[in-house]
Amino acid sequence: MAIGARKQKSDYGSPYKGHPGQWSWIFHRITGVAVILFLFAHIVDTSLVGWGPEAYDRVTKAYDNPIVRLLELGLVAAVLYHAFNGMKILLIDFFPSLAAKIKPISIATTALFLVIMIPVTVIMLQQTWDLVKA
Amino acid sequence: MATTTSRPAPTPSREPPIDRRMSRDRPVGGMELWAWLFMRVSGLLLVLLSVGHVLIMHVPDGGVSRIDFGFVAVRWESPFWRTWDWLLLVLALIHGINGLRNITLDYVRPPGVRVAINLTFYGLGVVLFALGSIVVFTFDASKWPGAV
Repeated sequence: MAIGARKQKSDYGSPYKGHPGQWSWIFHRITGVAVILFLFAHIVDTSLVGWGPEAYDRVTKAYDNPIVRLLELGLVAAVLYHAFNGMKILLIDFFPSLAAKIKPISIATTALFLVIMIPVTVIMLQQTWDLVKA
Repeated sequence: MATTTSRPAPTPSREPPIDRRMSRDRPVGGMELWAWLFMRVSGLLLVLLSVGHVLIMHVPDGGVSRIDFGFVAVRWESPFWRTWDWLLLVLALIHGINGLRNITLDYVRPPGVRVAINLTFYGLGVVLFALGSIVVFTFDASKWPGAV
């Protein structure tokens, strides 16, 4: 029995294959993992504020780097995507009849993501450029 | 003998299955049902707390370049922002670590490895919760006069 069981790598990886939700499901996972891994580090760096200005400002200076700024843009995108796709999950889980309306709901959450993300990207790239020039 | 307990066969009443595959199946009961519900309730609150947090910190007024010790000290003079940040800390940590648990249960099959991975994240979560909570609630900028 163990041989067959071991070969099956995932309980949830394949049932979604080919479903319209498969890509949003994968992106939800990837963005979620990215955000929690950053959160682990972010709690530590923010906690340094309890050790005074010298400790805090020395460590947060590490964020004043164009490459880190671009990673931050990715972080903001990950948080926004995860939040709006999560709202789609909530709607369908709590109002199962909305499952039939998955297409318009997906278009709405994607549109919300883009409407916020486009100006945010412009502003954050401008900030990154200002840092490069400085 | 059963080798898989995490995905019971779908009950016939759950038709048509194709339209329900947008999210994890709702567990039938017990702790798993509470965890499922927690992910959704905390997720709804985190839409406001985390999206608000990243937009406030990264977009206006030069974004993160304006953030230093003085910025945090002024911000945490307000109980509102201390409460916001503490709620964000607690909800995001539990939501994220439960997400990691779900992913571990999906992809890692040997029971010992599953337990080891999950216990590592739980331990990390407890330590970070304690660290963050102590700092949010005990921070006192007057210990560093002239820094603000």
